[in-house]
Amino acid sequence: MKRKQFLSFTGKILFLFSTGGIFGSLLKGSKIQSYIDEHPQVVRYALGIQIDKCIGCGNCVVACKIENDVPKDPFYFRTWVERYIIKKNDQVIVQCNEGGAGKLSQDIQEREILRSFFVPKLCNHCDNPPCAQVCPVGATFQTDEGIVLVDSERCIGCSYCIQACPYGARYMHPETHTADKCTLCYHRIKEGKLPACVEVCPTQARVFGDIESKASPLTRLKRMNKIHVLKPELNTEPKVFYTDLDGEVK
Amino acid sequence: MNKIPDSIIRIAICFAALLVLVIIARVIIIPAELTDSDIYLASAIEREMAHELSYAGSETCTDCHDEYFEMKAEGYHKKLSCEVCHGAGLAHSTEPDEFTPSAPRDRKFCPVCHTYNPSRPTGFPQINPYAHNPLSPCISCHNPHDPTPPETPSECSACHANIARTLAVSPHVRLECVTCHVTPEEHKSQPRRFRAEKPENREFCSQCHAKGSESLNAPKIDVATHGNNGEKYLCWQCHYPHLPEVD
Repeated sequence: MKRKQFLSFTGKILFLFSTGGIFGSLLKGSKIQSYIDEHPQVVRYALGIQIDKCIGCGNCVVACKIENDVPKDPFYFRTWVERYIIKKNDQVIVQCNEGGAGKLSQDIQEREILRSFFVPKLCNHCDNPPCAQVCPVGATFQTDEGIVLVDSERCIGCSYCIQACPYGARYMHPETHTADKCTLCYHRIKEGKLPACVEVCPTQARVFGDIESKASPLTRLKRMNKIHVLKPELNTEPKVFYTDLDGEVK
Repeated sequence: MNKIPDSIIRIAICFAALLVLVIIARVIIIPAELTDSDIYLASAIEREMAHELSYAGSETCTDCHDEYFEMKAEGYHKKLSCEVCHGAGLAHSTEPDEFTPSAPRDRKFCPVCHTYNPSRPTGFPQINPYAHNPLSPCISCHNPHDPTPPETPSECSACHANIARTLAVSPHVRLECVTCHVTPEEHKSQPRRFRAEKPENREFCSQCHAKGSESLNAPKIDVATHGNNGEKYLCWQCHYPHLPEVD
């Protein structure tokens, strides 16, 4: 009898060892599924801007106004291009004629210029947005993709956010009397298209992408270049990444 | 046992009725979009997504105009989206007969990007519109879908294109390269073994720029005092000869 018991016991043990992998993998499979359910794929859209490629043509400014029905008057902009001129006497001049879409002025002699370049600007879609913090009615909010939007039906037009934005990226819409700003062309990117400013940039100075994805062009830009953001000392954690940004740019 | 006065009961009933009314109003009458942030933010996102598009994106253009894509893929404009020059085109892609996109043909359009400006990055092809074949439309020489210069440069600019582009906007544009650089013929076949010469002294520039020289257009200086230090500085330490700064 003892021998029979021993054989049946070892047989069961051997069976468990040989088939355990299957049960284990079944268990593990369900774990992976539950992990995926608990951690849905994160998408975080952002923009890269290569200063050394910008030629200051103003195409982005024009396209943004057309795509997003921004008022035509030359003081409402969702994106604009600043021209920086650092003169030989260290004087810094910033020009922005019609948001960068107007004629470039020739009033500074070339021999006075030490260096000069263009800086396109727009809403930085901060991870820690001061505009959302000050909104008394919660009209400014962040989407799951990290884009800062304004709910125009909830906005009461108090202008607190316009005051709070350290980048001057917001304006009061003259018709709706609500705050308005860059949406990274939310309606376009949701259809798989590029934001209008990125689409029309003739020198690919603007790069759009998902910074969570390792394969996105923006992640590549961040890997291959030295990156700086505007006003990092404010801890707003901006998501517009500049390459070749000069220290004089504020 | 004390009986609660009727007046108190009546007031309590009034308060209870008011409370029920408030609860009904809060739960049933006021729509959830006004109170639940998840719902009102979702409706804001939907409104944002419902915004109409104007720009189609260049993949849309490929469907019908693939011949231009093939032509463009060869040239310097290969990375340009169609709508950079032709304007917003979604209306044209949905109703091709109703809407025609713009096709700029005059001399005003190309200089928006290609006029010389000191703020533009070096090496980006720039021209001085007043000096570069004035009055003739750009498209008479350059095909906008493949804007390679019509004459392939065979002499100096074939290799020294960056200098040629800088020179194009400079007062020295009319000078031949050999005016300043004596170049052996072998330099073309063996550029590193036979170098082109460069001017070596102030006297070279003085041939045109000294007071009393015969050149009519060149700005004149007093060679003895200009630069303040006599022989100490060479001209090109301050003036880049391919783009000299002239008032």
